[in-house]
Amino acid sequence: MHKNQIHAACVGNPNCGKTTLFNALTGAKLKVANWPGVTVEKVEGQTSYEGMDICLVDTPGIYSLTCYTIEEKVTRKCVMDDDIDVIINIVDASSLERNLYLTLQLLELGKPVVLALNMMDIVQERGMEIDLHRLPEMLGDIPVVPVSAAKRTGLDILLHAVVHHYEEGQNAEYILQYPDEIENKIAKLEVMMQAHYPTHSSVRWHAIKLLENDEEVLEEHPISTEHIGSKSYEKEIISCKYAYIESVVKEALFHKNRKEAATDKVDKLLTSEWLGLPVFLCIMGLVFFLTFAVGDLLKGIFEEGLGFVSALASDGLRGIGTADWLVSLIVDGIIAGVGGILTFIPNIFILFLALAILEDSGYMARVAYVMDSIMGKVGLSGKAFLPMILGFGCTVPAIMASRALETEHDRRKTMIITPFMSCSARLPVYVIFSQMFFPKTAGAVAFSFYVIGMLVAIVTAHVLNKVEKGHENDSLLIELPEYKRPNARTVRIYVWNKLKDYLTKAGTTIFIASILIWFILNFGVTGMVDNPADSFGAVIGRILVPLLAPAGLGMWQIGVALIAGISAKEVVVSSFSVLFGAANANSAAGMETIVANVQAANPSFGPLNAYCLMLFCLLYVPCVAAVAAIRKESGSAKFTFGLMAFQILLAWVVATLVFQIGSLFI
Amino acid sequence: MTLYEAEKNREYTIAGLFVEEAVTRRLQALGLNDGTRIKVLNRKKKGALIIKVRGTRLALGRHLSANIEIKEEGGHA
Repeated sequence: MHKNQIHAACVGNPNCGKTTLFNALTGAKLKVANWPGVTVEKVEGQTSYEGMDICLVDTPGIYSLTCYTIEEKVTRKCVMDDDIDVIINIVDASSLERNLYLTLQLLELGKPVVLALNMMDIVQERGMEIDLHRLPEMLGDIPVVPVSAAKRTGLDILLHAVVHHYEEGQNAEYILQYPDEIENKIAKLEVMMQAHYPTHSSVRWHAIKLLENDEEVLEEHPISTEHIGSKSYEKEIISCKYAYIESVVKEALFHKNRKEAATDKVDKLLTSEWLGLPVFLCIMGLVFFLTFAVGDLLKGIFEEGLGFVSALASDGLRGIGTADWLVSLIVDGIIAGVGGILTFIPNIFILFLALAILEDSGYMARVAYVMDSIMGKVGLSGKAFLPMILGFGCTVPAIMASRALETEHDRRKTMIITPFMSCSARLPVYVIFSQMFFPKTAGAVAFSFYVIGMLVAIVTAHVLNKVEKGHENDSLLIELPEYKRPNARTVRIYVWNKLKDYLTKAGTTIFIASILIWFILNFGVTGMVDNPADSFGAVIGRILVPLLAPAGLGMWQIGVALIAGISAKEVVVSSFSVLFGAANANSAAGMETIVANVQAANPSFGPLNAYCLMLFCLLYVPCVAAVAAIRKESGSAKFTFGLMAFQILLAWVVATLVFQIGSLFI
Repeated sequence: MTLYEAEKNREYTIAGLFVEEAVTRRLQALGLNDGTRIKVLNRKKKGALIIKVRGTRLALGRHLSANIEIKEEGGHA
């Protein structure tokens, strides 16, 4: 059976470099980071080797072919699929012993397996040696190819092995023999399997899974196992596998403990009981300092550029006799709306650069350990803190990362609190309004929302914990990867993807929102209006005025901006530019214009109102993309709507409290 | 004794996993089984700890460490 396309799946333990290898082989630019659980969905890509097309599938990392976690279910389904011709088992050579456990299970499937030994550089660094002759021998003569996914070496040899091994087919003989008692039962079950499902390809694997009482396999293959006793042999089977691995490691791996890994030395400081938390807080402090302080230095360049473009467009369009309404749409609508957002590129760039370095260094998993005691107090494991940190970047991937948690209960709880982490879209809102209304303490005011967001998240989790008291929470269980120097390519892909998202959002969502806002502000029931107060926007906004008034936000313009902000939080800023007629909100002159116009519309609007506005932006419904992510990950519309209602209510209550109490003092 | 009482920088042998079924299987897949040797790399007073098992590092929360039986290397429980 020859075809000129092979389907191969990249399978391996979490964080062993599957996605890095996948990217290297297919030229894809998927996110990679150095903590377990980055990939949560399977992804397909193409490559070719000597005329043979190879369709590659990247899968979420798994430790075992059981089906207890979402990742395992996704990967297992993919590997079992008849379409997959070859399995590329990527193995972290520096922790061979643990990685081979999955390898043995994959071999039992009976499909051709090619072993890609990744991270050989770490093996050499630590003075270990792997016998590349003996290792394949002990694994049933499968091809074993040392590769470096990061340095892109060994890739052609790997593809050659994939094609060749596919053509040769897998050795029928399997290397691992269980004790007679188990083997006899496997043999009996194999016969039964063959009788019931003659077309089945991986009979032995199914027989073993039946002996392990694997729920899914039992369900799909309702073979009565009664006559051989329904005892589960799972424990024995696992022990046998690890015993075999020990013998493999003994023969093929040398100088195991020659050097203390550098990682352990670094960990003495970073995970120490007393210094772990202060070190973490310093690192996060540094991240935000760089984002705001250094980002602001670079911002000047963008501002000048924008001012230049705006003036040029305005003069140029008038020069060629463009209609006034079109000039207004382009200059007051699009450039004011989209342009203001673009000036935040330096801040966003630095924030994501810092997050990329943190994620790729291997520190993230330690954060889960360091934060475990604090998270434990609110009924979550330290692992739930990882989505929260990602939330500083963007809520959407943060919500997806909540999959790494073991139980539905913890996943939902994490989804409830993650939107309170201030994402990069909220950054422009904080920066602009802080600088406009708190010129002297802008930095501190903006930073306060990051702290408030975290506090709200923790208090919310705490309250939930009290409500459902007695619920046994998930205990922390996470692998701590080796530290490594962040890979330039990985960081570049990460940051570029995020910047591209930001630019795309500016070009699509914010662009369209700006045009819509311009439209509803310049048109009313009578057609184009001169006074925005007669526009559609004003009509819509006025409905919300009585509701927002107690929170100090009783202006129709704010109502419009907040509704528009649900499309993307930056739109609150761009709407303000359009609403209050500033070409670039993120410049000194633009800010003065906005403040003057805001106060012309409502003389009592002061710093307290602005603070409540930012508070409201922090807490109310995240953008539509985040809502969609929550809907998808929770699988429940009821949960999603409930959460949105909670967010709006919370935003209103907190902003109202702050405004009412604050008003007493001012 | 349980892993909860283990001391930093000492080696132990796993003597039994007494956690929920699903978690047991996960631990076993990670290579923690009866008789597996582990080393405690770091720990907090309240029971979260980092162990080295089969060449990899795992961070475990208190609920887990309190329900894993261990023996001291060469000694008795």
